[in-house]
Amino acid sequence: MKIIIVDDEPLARSIIKEYLQFHPELELIAECNDGFDGVKTIQQMQPDLIFLDIQMPKINGFEMLELIEEPPAVIFTTAFDEYAIKAFESHAVDYLLKPFSRDRFDKAISKWKQISKTVSPKEHLTPLLESISNSPAEQHRVVVKLAGKIRIIPVDDIHYLEAADDYVKIHTKDGAFLKNKTMGHFETVLNKNLFVRTHRSFMVNITEITRIDPYEKDNHLAILKSGGRVPVSKTGYVKLKSVLGL
Amino acid sequence: MSYGYSLNVSVTDSLVTNGLLVGACWIISNILRYYLPYSNRYWYVLFLSISFSLAAIVMSKLFLSLILVDTVHTDYIIFLSNTYWLRVGVAFLLVGCMAVICVLWYTQEEEQENRQRKNDAEKLSRDAELYKLRQQLQPHFLFNSLNSISALIGSDPSQARNMIHQLSDFLRTTLRKEEEQWVKMEEELQSLELYLEIEKVRFGHRLSTSIVKDEESLHMLIPPMLLQPVVENAIKFGLYDTTDAVTIYISVLYENDSLKVIVQNPFDPETAGPRHGTGFGLNSVKRRLYLLFARTDLVETSAKDHVFTTTINIPKHENYNR
Repeated sequence: MKIIIVDDEPLARSIIKEYLQFHPELELIAECNDGFDGVKTIQQMQPDLIFLDIQMPKINGFEMLELIEEPPAVIFTTAFDEYAIKAFESHAVDYLLKPFSRDRFDKAISKWKQISKTVSPKEHLTPLLESISNSPAEQHRVVVKLAGKIRIIPVDDIHYLEAADDYVKIHTKDGAFLKNKTMGHFETVLNKNLFVRTHRSFMVNITEITRIDPYEKDNHLAILKSGGRVPVSKTGYVKLKSVLGL
Repeated sequence: MSYGYSLNVSVTDSLVTNGLLVGACWIISNILRYYLPYSNRYWYVLFLSISFSLAAIVMSKLFLSLILVDTVHTDYIIFLSNTYWLRVGVAFLLVGCMAVICVLWYTQEEEQENRQRKNDAEKLSRDAELYKLRQQLQPHFLFNSLNSISALIGSDPSQARNMIHQLSDFLRTTLRKEEEQWVKMEEELQSLELYLEIEKVRFGHRLSTSIVKDEESLHMLIPPMLLQPVVENAIKFGLYDTTDAVTIYISVLYENDSLKVIVQNPFDPETAGPRHGTGFGLNSVKRRLYLLFARTDLVETSAKDHVFTTTINIPKHENYNR
């Protein structure tokens, strides 16, 4: 079985390597310094299990997982406080609090072997990522991937969001990006005083609106600074007015 | 008992007199609620009680004379005059009792409030103390360092031992330092260097540092652990905003009789975006300098060409020559 370690600290990787020696059936196929490297290597090499640090340069471990289409099983290795881990405890294969012993490491491995017989990684990871990204802490950036390149979009740069099948299209000054999430997800994580769901398939950054025109019966159209036009439904108009204080 | 007067007269008398007394008691209790005399000024309560009972009786006599003015009640008016001082006495006893009860009640209430406030203040300072301790211990740094040591024990035991010594030295200096005692720049730099050495072991070749210092500056005094949050900030944003190798520059200069410390780290303006973290570390430094020197212009930051610079000016300590 193939293993990849993603951690920005060389010594943290080396202790996992050391513990792995006692599991000859597990083959370490790569080590990654950061999330960017991690996304690329994991997509390419399709490991069965990764050891993943949470605090890493540029994008953190959770953001990295979001960018991988078919994520492998994950064992988190972190020095995070325990309370932070409580949130996802039930969903991860396991988490190792640094520094961890070989006994603890072996337990995590056998737990993974047990789980992997019955559950696919996607089944346990999807609710995990949901629970993390839906955490009440308001998001101030969105990480997307475009043509293999990772982009970090500060939420202030988002003009509006548009539902597109299973994706959400994020319109920014630098063009549109697709993110594998639902409108409902963005509605919970984005600042409600800044982003308003004006329509079943649209959400708008209110600081981008220059004017709101009537459009057909009962409907409106928000005209943005960028020239974008965002449909506003009857209920959306009520919400928009209350946020704008009209 | 109507003392031979009609029911009408007795009822009017008692209604007016008692009504006015209740009014007097109500006013007194309100006065005392908002203005409680100091413990040695109880004559004020006495004075209040006498004047209010007098006023109540004077008014009751006036009203009763007006209401029951016809000749049928001449007897009663005389009776009223005869019992005047008796009434004043009874009224004084009643109003006085009321005043004493009020004073006791409100004093007790005030004391309870004071106790509550004191408790709150104590809790606040305890929380602050605890927070400071937790900050000093920096669990994230500590656990990651311990993890590095654990890894080194297998591969390079002597380096592991070395790191344990550095970590203990660093922890000891951070725990020992007290807010009031200023330390020599030299000492502060030593503890910073220890911290940076530990971080270098953790991050391997990704992290390097360059420290420049003026000879004169080393003997200047500074508040302990003032620079630690600044350097932590530089490391955090240097290492977590970029994926390249990172050099942190620290310069300690002696300028115009004061200390100038410059800390520089690389950063990426794109991902740094709205810097949610600039916050705490630097703000605490600003706050401390403000409390010490009442100046808000001692910390400056600037971002240019992917380099974030923090400049801190520390005026000379008044007891420098001590």
